[in-house]
Amino acid sequence: MEEMKDAILEYVIEEYVEDEDEVMTYDTPLISGGIVDSFSMVSLKRFLEAKYKISIPDEKASPEAFDTVNKIVELVKEFIG
Amino acid sequence: MGYSDKVRKMYQEQIKGIQDAGIFKQERLIHSSQAADIEVEYPAGSSLKKVINMCANNYLGLSSHPEVVKAAHEGLDSRGYGMSSVRFICGTQDIHNDLEKKVTEFLGTEDTILFPSCMDANAGVFEAILTDEDVMISDRLVHASIIDGIRLCSAMHDTFKHSNMKHLEKKLILHADKRLKVVITDGVFSMDGDTAKLYEMVELCDKYDAMIFVDDSHSTGFIGKTGRGTHEHCGVFGKIDIITTTFGKALGGASGGCVSGRKELVEMCRQKARPYLFSNTMAPVIVAGVLKVLDILSGSTERRDKLEANTEYWRKGLTEAGFVLQPGDTPIVPVMLFNAKLSQDFSKDLYDEGIYAIGFFFPVVPNGKARIRTQISAGHEIHHLDKALEAFIKVGKKYDILGKTKQEIIEKYGL
Repeated sequence: MEEMKDAILEYVIEEYVEDEDEVMTYDTPLISGGIVDSFSMVSLKRFLEAKYKISIPDEKASPEAFDTVNKIVELVKEFIG
Repeated sequence: MGYSDKVRKMYQEQIKGIQDAGIFKQERLIHSSQAADIEVEYPAGSSLKKVINMCANNYLGLSSHPEVVKAAHEGLDSRGYGMSSVRFICGTQDIHNDLEKKVTEFLGTEDTILFPSCMDANAGVFEAILTDEDVMISDRLVHASIIDGIRLCSAMHDTFKHSNMKHLEKKLILHADKRLKVVITDGVFSMDGDTAKLYEMVELCDKYDAMIFVDDSHSTGFIGKTGRGTHEHCGVFGKIDIITTTFGKALGGASGGCVSGRKELVEMCRQKARPYLFSNTMAPVIVAGVLKVLDILSGSTERRDKLEANTEYWRKGLTEAGFVLQPGDTPIVPVMLFNAKLSQDFSKDLYDEGIYAIGFFFPVVPNGKARIRTQISAGHEIHHLDKALEAFIKVGKKYDILGKTKQEIIEKYGL
C-alpha cells in the first residue's frame, strides 16, 4: 500500500506542482487546496486507470474522493477489489 | 414577490464579501475617445483628469483613427445601423461576406466565420467540432473564454503545464486512443505577455496526429513581420487548424471576433455554433470599420513597426530604471510587484501622476504575482512613454523597489 501511495504522490507532484518548494504529503488537500483544478483531474483519473488497470466511473471520481493522496488510495482499493 | 428582502439581503452580503476581499471592480468613466491621451472621471463625481492610457488593448492606435471612423460612418450610411436578424435568416450583408474573405486572406487560412465577439467564437467553436469521443488538451493559462467554451463541450478535457512541451507530449501520448485531439493555446498570453511555442507545438501535433487551436486576440495585426499573428512570428503560417481572434483590440477595438481555419471546421461552426446561430453578428458599422483597418494593415507595416519600436523603448527604460519585468517581447509589459496591496497603491500613485495603468492581483493572476500590466500602443509617442517612465520611477522610488530583486521586494512587502 505504501508503494501505491508513493506512486500516486510522485505523479501528483510531477503533474501538478509548479513550485518546487511546496511540501506535499499524503494528506495535502489537492482540489480544495487549489493544487489540482477540477479540469486537470482527468489526467489523474486516466493515470490511475492505466496504472492499476481499473475503470473509475465518473460519478465516483468526485473532487472529494480525489482531494488527498490517502483518499485516492482508498478509492483505487475499492476498484482493485 | 420572488425578489424578497431575504433574497436581496443575500446578494447584498455577497457583494459586501467581494468588497471585503478587496476584489470589487469599479469602472472609471472616460469622457474622450479611446487614445493615448484620455480624460477620465475618477473617482466618480470628480473633475476630469487628463491622463496617459497605458492599459488599453489599442495596440495599433486604430480605435479612433480618422480613416476608420470615416469608413464606419460610410458603412452606417450605406448599410444602416442594425440587422435585426441572425446571419442565416436575413442578417448577412455583402460586407459580412467581404470581411470574412479579407480575414481569411490576412490570416492565411482557408475560411472564416464572424462572431459577435471572440468570447462567443471561443464559446461556440469546440462544441461545434468535437464530441465525447474526442479530447481537448489546453495550456493551463488559456483565456477565460476558452475555458467557458471547453466547459460547453462534451469532449474530454485535459491540461498541460504552461508552455511545457514535454508535458504536452506526455498528454498527447496519454490520450492517443481518442478519435480527435485538439491542442489549445493562446498565441500571446494576456497576463504575462509571453508567446506560445507554436513551432514546437505544430511539430508535436503533426507527430501525434492532433489539431491545433490558437486564440490570437493579443497578436493579430502586430505580431509577426507583417502583423499576421503568432503563426507568422513562429514560422508556422498556414499550419494552424483553428485561429480565433478579436476585432475588439488591435483591429479597431470596437467588437466582434471570428473563427478562421480549415474550411470544414468553419463550415461546422456555421452549421452548429450556438453564438452564431442564436445571436446577431457584428453590426454593419463595425464591419465597415474593420474592413478599413485590414486595408490599412495590408498596405503598410508602419504601425506594427512603430509599436515594436515603442515596446522596445518602454521595456528598455523600465529595465534600466531597475524594475522587475516579466520577460518577453510583446507590447504587454508586466511590471512585477508581487504584493497585491502594493500593486493597488502603486496604480493609485501612478494615476495621481497622470498615468492610467491598472494593478492586477489574485485571482486574475496567481497568488503572489501581483503586477501593473502596461500595454504599449502605436498611438503612443516617445513623449508619452517618457512621461510614463518618469512617473513609474518616481513611484518606484517612493516604494523603494528600484534595483531590487523579486526576493527583496517580497521580503519588504510580503506576498
